[in-house]
Amino acid sequence: MSLAYETIATLRRRILSKEIHPRDILKDLFTQIDAREKTLHAYTYLNRESALADAEKADLSLPLGGIPIALKDNLNALGDPCTCASKILEGYKAPYDATAVSLLRQAGSILLGRTNMDEFAMGSSTENSALGLTRNPWDSTRIPGGSSGGSAAAVAGRIALAALGSDTGGSIRQPAALCGCVGLKPTYGRISRYGLVAFASSLDQIGPLTRTVEDSALLLSVLAGHDPRDNTTDLRPPEKFLTQKNGSVQGLRVGLPKEYFLPGMDSETESAIRSAADWFKKNGATLVDVSLPHTPTAIAVYYILATAEASANLARFDGVRYGRRATDARDVLDLYHRTRSEGFGAEVKRRIILGTFVLSQGYADAYYRQAQKVRALLRQDFEKAFTQCDLLLTPTSPEPAFPLGERTQDPLKMYLADVFTISTNLAGNGAISLPCGFTKSNLPIGLQLIGPRFGEETILRAAHAFEQAHEFFQRLPPS
Amino acid sequence: MSTPAKWEAVIGLEVHVQLLTQTKMFCGCTNHYGDAPTSHVCPVCLGLPGSLPVPNEEAIRLTLLTGLMLGCTLAPVARFDRKNYFYPDMPKNYQISQYDDPLCAGGQVPLDPFLFPKEIQDTAEAKAGRAIRLTRIHLEEDVAKSFHFEDRSGIDFNRAGTPLMEIVSEADLRTPGEAFSFLGSLRQVLLAGHVSHADMEKGQMRCDVNVSVRPISQKEFGTKVELKNLNSTSGVRRALTYEIARQIAACEKGEAIAHETRRWDDEAGATFTMRTKEKAHDYRYFPDPDLLPVRTDQGLLEAARARLPELPTVLQARLIQAFGVTAYQASVLGADRVLCAYFEKAAAQAKSKATVANWILNDFLSTQPDPATTPILPEFFGELADLVADGTINSAQAKKVFAELMANPASPREIVKRLGLAQISDASALGAYCDEAIAANPRSVEDYRAGKTNAINALKGFVMKKSQGKANPLQVDEILKAKLSA
Repeated sequence: MSLAYETIATLRRRILSKEIHPRDILKDLFTQIDAREKTLHAYTYLNRESALADAEKADLSLPLGGIPIALKDNLNALGDPCTCASKILEGYKAPYDATAVSLLRQAGSILLGRTNMDEFAMGSSTENSALGLTRNPWDSTRIPGGSSGGSAAAVAGRIALAALGSDTGGSIRQPAALCGCVGLKPTYGRISRYGLVAFASSLDQIGPLTRTVEDSALLLSVLAGHDPRDNTTDLRPPEKFLTQKNGSVQGLRVGLPKEYFLPGMDSETESAIRSAADWFKKNGATLVDVSLPHTPTAIAVYYILATAEASANLARFDGVRYGRRATDARDVLDLYHRTRSEGFGAEVKRRIILGTFVLSQGYADAYYRQAQKVRALLRQDFEKAFTQCDLLLTPTSPEPAFPLGERTQDPLKMYLADVFTISTNLAGNGAISLPCGFTKSNLPIGLQLIGPRFGEETILRAAHAFEQAHEFFQRLPPS
Repeated sequence: MSTPAKWEAVIGLEVHVQLLTQTKMFCGCTNHYGDAPTSHVCPVCLGLPGSLPVPNEEAIRLTLLTGLMLGCTLAPVARFDRKNYFYPDMPKNYQISQYDDPLCAGGQVPLDPFLFPKEIQDTAEAKAGRAIRLTRIHLEEDVAKSFHFEDRSGIDFNRAGTPLMEIVSEADLRTPGEAFSFLGSLRQVLLAGHVSHADMEKGQMRCDVNVSVRPISQKEFGTKVELKNLNSTSGVRRALTYEIARQIAACEKGEAIAHETRRWDDEAGATFTMRTKEKAHDYRYFPDPDLLPVRTDQGLLEAARARLPELPTVLQARLIQAFGVTAYQASVLGADRVLCAYFEKAAAQAKSKATVANWILNDFLSTQPDPATTPILPEFFGELADLVADGTINSAQAKKVFAELMANPASPREIVKRLGLAQISDASALGAYCDEAIAANPRSVEDYRAGKTNAINALKGFVMKKSQGKANPLQVDEILKAKLSA
């Protein structure tokens, strides 16, 4: 079997036993990429030569020694492009490594390439990329989800073993769910954001997309920890996750938030989630009905706060110092106007304008400050719920992957794709999405497990137990 | 120059101060000027995508120290905010500053009467002893520096992201002289705390001025005008003098004052419209999500308190009290901590401490010494003053000793010996000189006895000449008087 189909954990064992060499993994991945990338378009850039060179000199004794990993195109890796799938960063080469990238390098991994995304991580379908569409490996007429759609499609399509993504409102978990892989959004502050091009600084978090929960834990163990370059990282000492895997959920209190089970939701999704809940119950967990009463406000709060932060974060793209610069500008103001008009796509402009508006004098109290207050209430919802349970179990996405083009003209409908994931970003909690079933038309369905803040160990143990008791993660998309 | 009695000016200052830190405000780049353009930069201070700020604790400590020195209320929790506007010298197109929760609020700057312009130090305005209230002190990052050439502009990013402290006064100031003293008095405090070199001419302290005029009995403020491009304290004073006169003249003609920013042109000696403020800028401040709130009560405040220096006002009071110096001398000494330390050492053991102050501040200072490196030990001045006080030498001799001290530094006692200057205080020796003077100047003796008491000076002069200036003049005076009235 092609090594492209293996998990990181397995490949590491085989590397250590000298059965295979990292160059064999790359060879198989490149064969697979040559066959599938044309359809999927998961990558914006591939490091073929440098990956092969790195494979020859990789320190195989390191935790990720010789393991190729793909990066979402908003993570700085020295010397590589970092386009954020935007025309405005055309030709830009990262002059430094993100902390997460440098940790991957230090752990011996090989940078394979850069994955497609919605421009500046703004979107839920990867259709907002200025560098072309990415297709869902399970059905190439459908979206892979977003914004880390390239990362999810690459992992699910077996053209990457694992990829890093970023999650601001569901951008790791929703594409993981729609592509049938494992996506972890760690607790805010768990992984350094230094070198991740910011969309909404108080919500952004880097995380892994992998085939299995074990691989997710492996990557988290490498990436987690305080970074003196990121003031918002947590100070707790480094941890190794999922070192014990007894596969038991005995005694676990699993909360089912009633706001996440709505009348009229996709019936196949609902029944898959209910079956997952039943499995937990059958295996010794207790199901608890809980409420997160402020859930209905989450999307509104999110689109105020995220856009407000984005309006400032994206102000630096002005054509003065780097990236695209409009030609023939009359003066500085004209340079700003032209560069930004030409460089940003419609959704990015929409959000910059919205964010500028909600911070404007006369409106900031009604929008920005009010949203901050409601965010505090949402956070309290979670704190309260976690006094009654150890984990929350919900759908990741209200429905499976939808057809390409279906929602590009309807931003509000597109925003609803993140209805079950956004609250965790606002509250700062960690959450995972893993496959829990397939629709009749063979589209993956994702299960979301949300933990208390810094409760990744609990999340990973429960997710691992569920995963190993089912065959969903082993299913392959049609080739 | 002076404000016509009907009108008064209302002035508020915003002072930006560059802090003496090793590194920039939010990254580890060197905080230093004058090096090759854009040589102290990194992804953070260049605002590259993905970079994040981390606050410089020393800059926070220096700001808290300034707050302590100026009697501010210090925030237990302070926050950084983003101030949004586009400008090429600002890499992120937002400036990290503080808005709702600055590090320091309130406080005041006492105006030092001797830091008013020289020619008005004797006026009631200078002697009023006012203290100017502060609104707040906050910390922010500086922007880069633009250079404009014939066909293009360039930006030097070395200054981008360096720590900048902003001190905002209440609209308490009423005259250009007060503004002048405010800046000088504030500078003394900043120097005392080693917060900044605070030299306006080097851009280490920069000042924007808000000024309006109103009829003297009116409570409401007039329309305020902001003045920019003020590069020295005297420039601030001149600009204000001009602008106040301009506004009063306009008001007297019944013209409305435009709410605008005006640029001071030092050469023209006038202010000119820069931009009108009809479209007030909306900076869309919001808390910077990249930075945690700053807890000052977790060690920062304590560290700042440990560095609290003796404040200028306290130091001046002590100098007056302990050394008997004048208020003016106390102000001069207070303004130069190295000189002050030198003086204190000089005066420590001296019998006449005030005389030591005179020697140091008049004679010694006029030679433009560097008190830190001079070979003239401070103790020498104490000794010199003592030699006069105990009658070993007279003041004319002391001048000679001082000159020799400057030329060939040595202990004044040595010099007195070396030059053979010791004063003659022996009564019989002096008596002999006096007898000789009386015998040789019968005319003067006659005049004196006839009531022209000034005539005694000729006799004294004779004695001094005969004794080669060594006679103790006070004793000579006594002896002559006794002999003449006998």
